[in-house]
Amino acid sequence: MFEELANNDSFIHGLDPRGKLIIVFLFSIVVAAADRFQVLLGSLTFGLLIVLTAKVPARELIKRLIPVNMLILFLWLFLPFTFGGETLFFMGPLAVTREGVFYATRISIKSNAMMLMLIALVASTPIFSIGHAMHQLKIPKKIVHLFFFTYRYIHAIYREYLRLKNSIKIRGFIPKTDLHTYKTYAYMVGMLLVRSFDRAHRVHNAMLCRGFKGDLYSLKKFSFKTNDIVSMVFMMVMIVIMGVMEWAQII
Amino acid sequence: MHISEGVLSPAVLIGGAAFAAAGVAVGMKNLEQKDIPTVGILSAAFFVASLIHVPAGPVSAHLILNGLVGLILGWKAFPAILIGLSLQALLFQFGGMTTLGVNTLNMALPAVICHHMFKNSLKTGMGKHAVTVCAFATGFFSVLLSGIMVGLSLYLTGEAFLPAAKLVVAAHLPVMFIEGILTTTCILFLKKVRPEILEGDHVS
Repeated sequence: MFEELANNDSFIHGLDPRGKLIIVFLFSIVVAAADRFQVLLGSLTFGLLIVLTAKVPARELIKRLIPVNMLILFLWLFLPFTFGGETLFFMGPLAVTREGVFYATRISIKSNAMMLMLIALVASTPIFSIGHAMHQLKIPKKIVHLFFFTYRYIHAIYREYLRLKNSIKIRGFIPKTDLHTYKTYAYMVGMLLVRSFDRAHRVHNAMLCRGFKGDLYSLKKFSFKTNDIVSMVFMMVMIVIMGVMEWAQII
Repeated sequence: MHISEGVLSPAVLIGGAAFAAAGVAVGMKNLEQKDIPTVGILSAAFFVASLIHVPAGPVSAHLILNGLVGLILGWKAFPAILIGLSLQALLFQFGGMTTLGVNTLNMALPAVICHHMFKNSLKTGMGKHAVTVCAFATGFFSVLLSGIMVGLSLYLTGEAFLPAAKLVVAAHLPVMFIEGILTTTCILFLKKVRPEILEGDHVS
């Protein structure tokens, strides 16, 4: 329901999820800390290349980039004017500063570069594999566990939500800005919670009956192949180069 | 509500992540295996809330429900919201890896604060008025505090963000009232229909 992307097939789909998770994490940190345009443009190009390699459909890609860029657009309304510095030109009574425009541009590039990388990861890895990768990367078992349960419940709750939404629609409910609307939604949320609680406990009890002790098993065995080593080394080198370019001010 | 990747300064990101990690650690300490279904349900509810849009005048706002989650879970709201936000980042790219810490802190800390201020309203035997007032305050203040913390995260990144930060807080004002009403009605409903959900330690 939420995961239309993970069914394609590409070189990146075949890589080990653990490696992908680590790379996206390191990449995000370096880009978040970077400030120089050379590095940022490099990271954006790099992100684009990876997304292309992962064969993410263009429509999906744009659909996913829109919400991210809404906040960025919102910041563009302010930053060029509020940042102190050399005036570029006037827009009515407001001065647009060079530093402000640069700053806003930098944020836009950073944000999109990081998003491209994340989309490439998610688009090429099923959520369950990400969970198992987290488990093998020594993220606390309870967290991973909660991750799996939550992911499972999201589908259950969402489906229940759609069902309840249909049933109130059938009864002629039209959402408006009034107390009745909010109360209706509140009852719906309450009912969602009640039903999901019952269901979750039924499932959990069934698991306990079958000997569940809090251990997670995966049918898929992860293994590091030559492909993984080569691409991991390549990505690491790129990230290190970006880092060195940033801090040693080369180029 | 979610701050996108790449906007905040590294100092804010690191600070946020450190505080969020501390909060999650506290929450995990008293989270037992048997609590996981309960926490998971609320974590999933928090996720689905962001998909439920309610009209607010000419525009629409999505539900946040961090107050409700906090009221029921207390410190366990930290891991619950962390997981909810991670899944939002993975499935919809709302927020991302480096902002996970700050976003968790901004949503979960107000939830925990409201829990400690208003949890008495959940005890059985409280009058309906007291419950109504406390539940409304939970929904109201959890969103208010979250809004202020989002604004503060932007402001701490740079003075130039101040006008944007103020507008972010202002945009939360109508949502505060909506969340207040919703939380109240929802708590009263749960108290009537399934009080054990509100009383903790109810996992069968």
